[in-house]
Amino acid sequence: MKRLIRLNVNDKDYEIAVKPNQTLADVIRDEIGLTGTKKGCEVGECGTCTVILDGKPVNSCLVLAVQADGRNILTIEGLETDQGLHPIQQSFVEKGAVQCGFCTSGMILSAKSLLDRNPDADETEIRSAISGNLCRCTGYQKIVEAIASVKKEASPA
Amino acid sequence: MERYTMSGYDVINTRAPRLDAPDKATGRAKYIDDLRMPGMLFGALLQSPLAHAKILNIDATEARRLSGVKCILTADDTGMVQYGVSPARYDETIFCKEKVRYVGDEIAAVAAVDLETAQKAVSLIKVDYEELPAVFTPEAAMAEGAPVIHDDYPGNLCAEVHQEFGDVEAAFKECDLIRTDTFKNKRQDAAFLEPNGCVADYDHMGYLTLHTSTQVPHYVQRTVAMVLGLPVGKVRVIKPYVGGGFGPKAAANPMELAASLLSIKTGRPIKMNYDREQVFLFSRARHQFTHVLTTGVKKDGTLLALKNECYLEGGAYASFGIATVYYAGSLLGGPYKLPNMKYDGYRVYTNKPACGAQRGHGGVAARAAWEQQLDVIAEELGMDPIELRLKNMMSAGDVTCNDLNMSSLGMKECIEAVRDGSGWTEKRGKTPKGKGIGMACGFFVSGAGYPIYRSDTYHSTVSIKLSEDGGTAHVYTGAAEIGQGSDTTMAMIAAEALGVPLDQVSISSGDTEFGVDLGAYSSRQTLMTGHATKMAAESVKAQVLEVLSQALDVPIEEMDVKKGRIVFKKTKPDFELIRTRYIKEHRGWKDQPIGDELTFREAARVAYLARGTIVGTGKYKPGELGGKFKGAAVGTSPAYGCSAQVVQLSVDLETGKVSVDRMTDAHDCGFAINRTSVEAQMEGSLSMGLGEAMFEEVKFDEKGHVLNANLGEYKIPTALDMPPIDAIIVESNEPNGPFGAKEVGEGAIMPTIPAILNAVYDATGVRIWELPLTPERVYMALKKKKER
Repeated sequence: MKRLIRLNVNDKDYEIAVKPNQTLADVIRDEIGLTGTKKGCEVGECGTCTVILDGKPVNSCLVLAVQADGRNILTIEGLETDQGLHPIQQSFVEKGAVQCGFCTSGMILSAKSLLDRNPDADETEIRSAISGNLCRCTGYQKIVEAIASVKKEASPA
Repeated sequence: MERYTMSGYDVINTRAPRLDAPDKATGRAKYIDDLRMPGMLFGALLQSPLAHAKILNIDATEARRLSGVKCILTADDTGMVQYGVSPARYDETIFCKEKVRYVGDEIAAVAAVDLETAQKAVSLIKVDYEELPAVFTPEAAMAEGAPVIHDDYPGNLCAEVHQEFGDVEAAFKECDLIRTDTFKNKRQDAAFLEPNGCVADYDHMGYLTLHTSTQVPHYVQRTVAMVLGLPVGKVRVIKPYVGGGFGPKAAANPMELAASLLSIKTGRPIKMNYDREQVFLFSRARHQFTHVLTTGVKKDGTLLALKNECYLEGGAYASFGIATVYYAGSLLGGPYKLPNMKYDGYRVYTNKPACGAQRGHGGVAARAAWEQQLDVIAEELGMDPIELRLKNMMSAGDVTCNDLNMSSLGMKECIEAVRDGSGWTEKRGKTPKGKGIGMACGFFVSGAGYPIYRSDTYHSTVSIKLSEDGGTAHVYTGAAEIGQGSDTTMAMIAAEALGVPLDQVSISSGDTEFGVDLGAYSSRQTLMTGHATKMAAESVKAQVLEVLSQALDVPIEEMDVKKGRIVFKKTKPDFELIRTRYIKEHRGWKDQPIGDELTFREAARVAYLARGTIVGTGKYKPGELGGKFKGAAVGTSPAYGCSAQVVQLSVDLETGKVSVDRMTDAHDCGFAINRTSVEAQMEGSLSMGLGEAMFEEVKFDEKGHVLNANLGEYKIPTALDMPPIDAIIVESNEPNGPFGAKEVGEGAIMPTIPAILNAVYDATGVRIWELPLTPERVYMALKKKKER
């Protein structure tokens, strides 16, 4: 039996009928159509499905959609504004922190979550904050550089 | 880290941001699992739960009755066309008929209205098996009386190689020091973040379009056409953005074939994905190699001979294995002057998932083994490891004993760069106990010299079409952007060769309709697709200038295109008529050309008006390469990239835990088309090498089940495991490369493992000859040393 839930995703309200076993990742991708949230393992190990739920980064494959009822969700699609790319997105582009791109959404959201809390994060804090987001392409070097170079200008969104 | 450009080029050799980065950073980029089609069905595979068993009966009656099931296929529905990677070993069929050969072998496929129903139907298919004895190691598989996995290959020997260059035994008699060491790596998984997936769509006109997360649209097109009995021209393979490949996506997989057939049978689009466990079961990643290396040198360090015996645990099918077993020998031919080399390689079938190609194909374990052995030899001779290497180093123009031509080789420059960049001279021999510094070298092909199937095909064909307003050059290529940055690289090459800014070039790639390109493997695209792209751009430029030459009565030789403008080398003609015509044809536009220089846009418009759509084509294949001996093709390449690395690390002497503190890498990529992307490939290679050295091992139980088929228990490096990396670009100007460019994607992994092993020895006095460097393995080695 499906259940009706309300989600606020990227400042937009949705009313969606979901199955009790449907994950937030699947609802965001399949029902809402925001496919920037990726699924790399579906068991909370790779971090590609990271979204920000009420201000905290979560693996959306480990959250049931019904658990998110009434809550606020930020996905990668919610970062860009009419002013252009978010500074973290811009920094990833400029510093070469994007290769295959499959980890990028989650990586950027984990970085945002860190910089919102701690705009002066040092390299160890940056590495720690993204340690739940696996990347097989970059060796993390340019990702860490991209986050470090943006941190001073980051403003809470 | 050079942060400047000194090349005199306008577009290449810069740090232009990747064209695909904004779409990837905003979630707009579409990957295979983001694709949805009206009427789409979902597919699922039935895979064997047993490692080796006869199939007695398959009963899908109950599954067929399940509501929502649209089609079920088994071997009886598919014919038994054999396929694989190398035509010499086509040993796979879409589905198993007589028997299964590993846990995960495909038996049937289901299409249903949704994934849940498809999976439910899979669980309802009843298969009766007669379990057979299974073998999981080369030793067991090669033992007398071992169960035979493929009837055509008694003794389970998938492929063997026996080569000798020079006379190794005679050379050993001249040696002052001969050492034998045995080295073993472990099966790796490529652990790309995006699981394989595909959407197959067969239409009423009889055309099959297969969207798939592949590195090689062309090879997938050929395999699908051959296996399903379709003309190549009726199969179109389209690659969306791909979330990493690293080798295992470099051939057609059974899922692509099953989805295609399901779509043909149902007339509906079929979507199929591997989940993470299935990625591990499909595997096709790094083999386990056991190398026994015997190296002989003179007292002064001169290398005289190498004897290399290697056993590869290959899994149930050949996949890339024939090439792999050849590479495990041929890639030790350089970068040192080695007059005598003997190689005996054996790739052995086992009842495990098939191994295939992974970054540094076939050469990584061999390189790790030999570079550590060279360090031991240096120590026994009382030489510095760098001194030993420099003494034997080849230079540009040298040819290895197995006929690999080092047409450029910045190896010495790489060694000097990492020596100076890491502070080697100050640190070596002066680090405290538990801290170590080590180095190693390596080289790799810039594209395989020959295609996987025997053919005189071009390796790459590229077309560039100008938009009729002259403002955009559109590059069409079948090359595969899989994350490495090839789209941006090709766009940069096209822009430079045509003489326009990068934002006037757009690129469409990864589609078999756009031409033949062998795809993203063997580090080939920058050199090979790059050549074809450059040629296509030069053709476009020539066509435009031909028309312009007539219109303005200026000889072609007196004109060029640079930064989107026509350069008149002598006197500037009056081009007012051209400008007026362009402006007239674009009434209402606000960006009319102005100023006293003729733009390429105007010239290209005139060319279109004179000749119709301007299209330039380019093509590339290497000339004949390599020797005449059996297997001489494997290892040949028009060029070789090379690199040196220094690793600094700490070992906890109480627990055996190794932490890498810093890595310094120098890579000779010939000429960096995009400097940021070159560094990015180096950094990614180091990360994959560090993972193999430190953590990675696909483990099995005694029945052949993968024990760690997930990214929690199969550990790849996280941001906390990776140290800061210094990536130093060396440019040797490769004569066979476009603008002097050659590979970087795989060669950079070569020195990583041995540099780590050599640093561990420097820190602890312990040599470790088996990977990975788990704390347990290091601790036991330290304990053994203490007891001695």
